[in-house]
Amino acid sequence: MTGLPAPGAPIIEVRGIGKSYGSVIALRDITTTVNAGEVTCVLGDNGAGKSTFIKILAGAHAHTEGQLLVDGQKRRFTSPREALGLGIATVYQDLAVVPLMPVWRNFFLGSEMTKGLGPTRRLDIPAMKQITRQELAAMGIDLRDAEQPIGTLSGGERQCVAIARAVHFGARVLILDEPTASLGVRQSGLVLKYVAKARDRGLGVILITHNPHHAYPVADRFILLRRGRSLGDFPKSEMSLDELVRMMAGGAELEQLSHELARALPETPSEASSEAP
Amino acid sequence: MTSAAQAPPSDPVPERDERLGEHARLAAVLRRPAVGALVAAAAIFVYFAVSTTAFALPSGASTWIFTSSSFAIMAVAVGLLMIGGEFDLSAGAMTGTTGLITGIMMTHYDVNVWVAVLTSLVAALAVGFVNGFLVMKTGLPSFIVTLGTFFVLRGLNLAVVKQVIHQVSVVDFQSAGGYQDGARVFGSFTRIDLGFLPWVDLPTTRLLTVYAATWWAIAFVVVATWVLQRTRAGNWIFAVGGAQQSARQVGVPVFRTKIGLFMTTAFAAWIVGMLNLFKTTTAQSTTGVGQEFVYIICAVVGGCLLTGGYGSAIGAALGALIYGMVGQGIVYAGWDSDWLYAFLGVMLLGAVMVNNWVKTQAERVR
Repeated sequence: MTGLPAPGAPIIEVRGIGKSYGSVIALRDITTTVNAGEVTCVLGDNGAGKSTFIKILAGAHAHTEGQLLVDGQKRRFTSPREALGLGIATVYQDLAVVPLMPVWRNFFLGSEMTKGLGPTRRLDIPAMKQITRQELAAMGIDLRDAEQPIGTLSGGERQCVAIARAVHFGARVLILDEPTASLGVRQSGLVLKYVAKARDRGLGVILITHNPHHAYPVADRFILLRRGRSLGDFPKSEMSLDELVRMMAGGAELEQLSHELARALPETPSEASSEAP
Repeated sequence: MTSAAQAPPSDPVPERDERLGEHARLAAVLRRPAVGALVAAAAIFVYFAVSTTAFALPSGASTWIFTSSSFAIMAVAVGLLMIGGEFDLSAGAMTGTTGLITGIMMTHYDVNVWVAVLTSLVAALAVGFVNGFLVMKTGLPSFIVTLGTFFVLRGLNLAVVKQVIHQVSVVDFQSAGGYQDGARVFGSFTRIDLGFLPWVDLPTTRLLTVYAATWWAIAFVVVATWVLQRTRAGNWIFAVGGAQQSARQVGVPVFRTKIGLFMTTAFAAWIVGMLNLFKTTTAQSTTGVGQEFVYIICAVVGGCLLTGGYGSAIGAALGALIYGMVGQGIVYAGWDSDWLYAFLGVMLLGAVMVNNWVKTQAERVR
């Protein structure tokens, strides 16, 4: 791996960044950093501006306010290719894999290794299989058979292949869009383990999620978004899980909600008959 | 899945995992898309070889080998297209169009044979490009787009030809200048003496005639298999058919791949058009109409999924072999040849069900 700064050094710095589509302000005044070997967690409910934020970092949309610094240099991405060129790779929710194709073909899809020249130019299959197994092993995934269709892997394993692929192709910053959204408890744990693995390899990781219980164990830094604004950028030391959950749900709103739910309980027949409220 | 979290990246990883037994290799062979077609082809060969006298004789086999070969060329191209997730219903009519273009240019305008041959190639590639371009730009299903081009070609094959030569077929082609030159490439044949086979008893039946179409078909299968399995383009074909959006996200040139597939199908239709023209020395306005479905059926029987992303070139060719053998076998057996269509329908349904089962097996966690 080349080009990775020392752990703890910032790779991406975001200063007061914002994005408006015409008169609609989707995101405003977001400030945070992504350090090498650390996980920055972006939390927020649906419509909070999470996807706008990662689209700016991934190069899908250009920001309209503030500054985006990569390795200390001011940048304004106009295409995902530009971001990728700086080692910022995004793993989207659909993972960009082809279910019926073998794991190794998926791993190298679009960046296949070849040998030979002219009409004899052909895929270097042994090398690709070997590298696939090696890279997955380095991520802690023990693959039985690189030939098995990737559709036969579990959702968590597929996610991990997508992460390993991004790492292999030179990612320094990994943007993971809701990697645990559709997974069960055990599978989510698996994915978070690989997120930690990528972090330990010295990558900066941006983890987008709306689940504070998934975010808290693995993250080093939290940025909370709500209605296009940042509620703050907190290092883990300044934030407990309880606080995080409360902030996510919007403090007062959650109290209101628990109040409503609590009042509803006695009305159910079984509760009413057994004990006094 | 167990964890090997302690393994550093530099650790050598064995080429084969010890957890894969030999039965896994056998299962992998059985899971290949073409195996079902191979078994069916062998069974059909044995059946007709035993139940009719002419089928397995070299002289009798010449006919079905030729039919199978020209259908194999189309089935392989259509199979590639289907693996890439698209259909081409204009492929059949295009075999007629190319034959008519070259035939009319040579018989009515005395154009040089190679100019006439290349003109129909350019026309075919243009139609293929338009097919692909329209499918990709409009986002419409290729089934609809190529149904449109199919009817356009079918209409032009009749209307334009009638207008230009006042009849619906090219006649007297063998007397056109340059016919002999063209026939050397597209209409040639080799006679192979198979008198050593134990069941050949009469000297008149010992010769197997192998037409140019067979060599073209073999070349098509070899090149298509190479491309599919061993090149980047092949990887892209599987990817655009299996999950187009994902393929685009990882940088596969989807547009280029699909256009290339439609043009390959058009190229195959041109070859078949030329092979038919120079072998039969005639081209008719209705040539190829209705065969577009046969190509698709051949590819499906050979293990190509209707939904794309799975299949093989050799499978498609085996599908064509089955079609050719049954078509001729029914004649030798003295049945009404219209039974062929009923048989095709049954084969298609059977093959689709087998393919779906194989696909489920392939996706199942081992």
